[in-house]
Amino acid sequence: MSEIIRRDPRREWIARNRLHPEHASVLAALGVSGGAVSEWLGPNGVVRKDPRAIGFIGPNGIKRIDRSGLQQGGQTTATTTSARDSRRMVTIDQPAFLVAVVPDLTGGRLSGHDKDLLGLARRVADADTEQPGAVVAILFGEHKEEALGEAGIDRVVHLDDEFYAGFAPEARLAALSAVEREMTPRFWLLPDSPLGGADLGRRLAVRLGERAATGVWQIEADNEAPRGWRCTARGGAGSLDIQRPLPRVALALAECAEPVDETRHAAEHLTLAASLPTTLSRIEDLGQVAVDPAGVALAEAEFILSGGNGIKQWDAFHHAAKVLGATEGASRVAVDDGFMARDRQVGATGTWVTARVYMAVGISGAIQHLQGIQRCDKVVAINLDPGCDMIKRADLAVIGDSAQILAALVAMVEQQRGGQRDAA
Amino acid sequence: MRPDQQQKQQQQGIDVAVLVSIGRHPTTGRARRAEQDARGLELALSMEAELPGTRISMLHAGPQGDGSEAALRGYLGMATGVGMGLESMTLLEQPEGSDAIPALAAHLAATSPQLVITGARAERGEGSGLLPYALAEHLGWPLVNSLASVEKVENGVVTLLQALPRGQRRRLKVRLPAIISVDEAAPAARQSAFGPARRATFAITPTTPEADSELAQWHLAPARKRPKRLKIVKAASARDRFKAAASKAEGKGGQVLTDVTPEQGAEAIYKLLKEEEVLR
Repeated sequence: MSEIIRRDPRREWIARNRLHPEHASVLAALGVSGGAVSEWLGPNGVVRKDPRAIGFIGPNGIKRIDRSGLQQGGQTTATTTSARDSRRMVTIDQPAFLVAVVPDLTGGRLSGHDKDLLGLARRVADADTEQPGAVVAILFGEHKEEALGEAGIDRVVHLDDEFYAGFAPEARLAALSAVEREMTPRFWLLPDSPLGGADLGRRLAVRLGERAATGVWQIEADNEAPRGWRCTARGGAGSLDIQRPLPRVALALAECAEPVDETRHAAEHLTLAASLPTTLSRIEDLGQVAVDPAGVALAEAEFILSGGNGIKQWDAFHHAAKVLGATEGASRVAVDDGFMARDRQVGATGTWVTARVYMAVGISGAIQHLQGIQRCDKVVAINLDPGCDMIKRADLAVIGDSAQILAALVAMVEQQRGGQRDAA
Repeated sequence: MRPDQQQKQQQQGIDVAVLVSIGRHPTTGRARRAEQDARGLELALSMEAELPGTRISMLHAGPQGDGSEAALRGYLGMATGVGMGLESMTLLEQPEGSDAIPALAAHLAATSPQLVITGARAERGEGSGLLPYALAEHLGWPLVNSLASVEKVENGVVTLLQALPRGQRRRLKVRLPAIISVDEAAPAARQSAFGPARRATFAITPTTPEADSELAQWHLAPARKRPKRLKIVKAASARDRFKAAASKAEGKGGQVLTDVTPEQGAEAIYKLLKEEEVLR
């Protein structure tokens, strides 16, 4: 083949003419995928631009040009823009020291508090860039977190034996003592939260003979302190700020540091060399007690079934809440119409809820309502209107008649429970 | 076990020690009975009502003075009637700024009650909530935190309800002797009556005080308001910053099921509820 560039003026002409019937096929033949190109190298080595090919037609029928670089000429929507993972990968092979973190792992996931705490651990570990430390996370029980490294964890000790389940402070403390013996972390950081971190952290501190700093909300480097850090902690039932050197064991409040978001870490799994002794517990866990969900305050309920204007059969709704074991909530319309009590209203003017699972049935999602459910983890929506705001917020949305779907769900739960009882 | 024997067992009752501290009114800063410790005493009094023969002893370690005495009489006024419970309390006398843990541990080891009830944390001073844990470690007793109620006491085993976040409860069986700490989940304390509070007496026990030298070195200041976390937008381009500032928060691509039968929809929801473990 010769090196001479052969030109086909007719095809070039068709490629330039967007209105030509063969325009698309010629473009495809020229090796340009999808629509018109806005920029190409001309035959004389000059860059040619087609200003008409830039941009896309916006929702109002007006041409929009996006110069952020995300939008390529000719493509009509921004759906193909994949968020590039620009986070830096960090691996620490030879850590100078270890910072141990024991997250709460509520429901198998790192909570916001856990992530803040890991951010704090990263700050302590990365203070000296020459000799960085590694963050070791000790996880009890099964977890559903796939991206542990993205939260800033270098090493993971995962203990998911069954005797750590429930309230087992003695077994967990024995495991942490084993970690202490094998790895001797420079710092132990735990969340000061009622979900278990506050209890376990205090037990650990007393076992290690350390006077823990509790309610830590700020740390700063301090060369005079024995470990190089000084902390500010809440004391005296929240009425005092105590400034003291950071001890080995610290229990930190939520928002003590920014969560990690610029780096990714290895989250390498470690196993403990010594097998853990099985301790004879003096505390026996008889399991959770069934609590009347209606008696749980709406603001702290774990699972809320909330009804709005789309509900026509309120008896069926109440029955569903009872079968599912959910606390009942309502939108403002349902309350104003008298179907639910005022103290059940969710939203900016009602209660700001923190449920792990929020099920919105027949609620279209006014902005005040969406504000009220900002802190919910998982939102399930059942609605007839596929375009409403609640569907956009929801993690799982089912479009259909709410009465039928709720009835089917209730039947399914009752059938499962019945099956379990037969088996037992 | 025959019924009359059972009756006898229940009649026996246990020794309960309640540790109380001096509280601080959140707005005025005056000394008062501490909220959580009063709840602990309330729990002990309700145990006494259910389990006749239960003996309650109240314990406080600290200096003796007019201000603290008035606050401590707040607890003594919670007596239920003539001849019931609290006619006096033990005051382990030690100067201000002493460590309460060694004194309390020594006293508890000497008197050996079967159950020790404390509040979760103090309202003055460090207020770290470490005291019950330190006592449990000193004495080698099991500890249960955040108690909601005591269900029954049988054969040296106590059945408790522990309060969990989100209004949940957990049932535990603990072998006595044990330490339990109470917080806001326990039933609210009754009012303090003036007459019984005046009539009650203090049994003052001198101790060998150990100064809390570590606390003396720390810098204590009234709590500052914590800075509110700012929503930091780390965006490379102007468009991203504008979007973050102007657009409504959207879920990150939730799953939308259209054109499904109610059964299929219900199944998808059921799966999610199972995964999240909210169905019991």
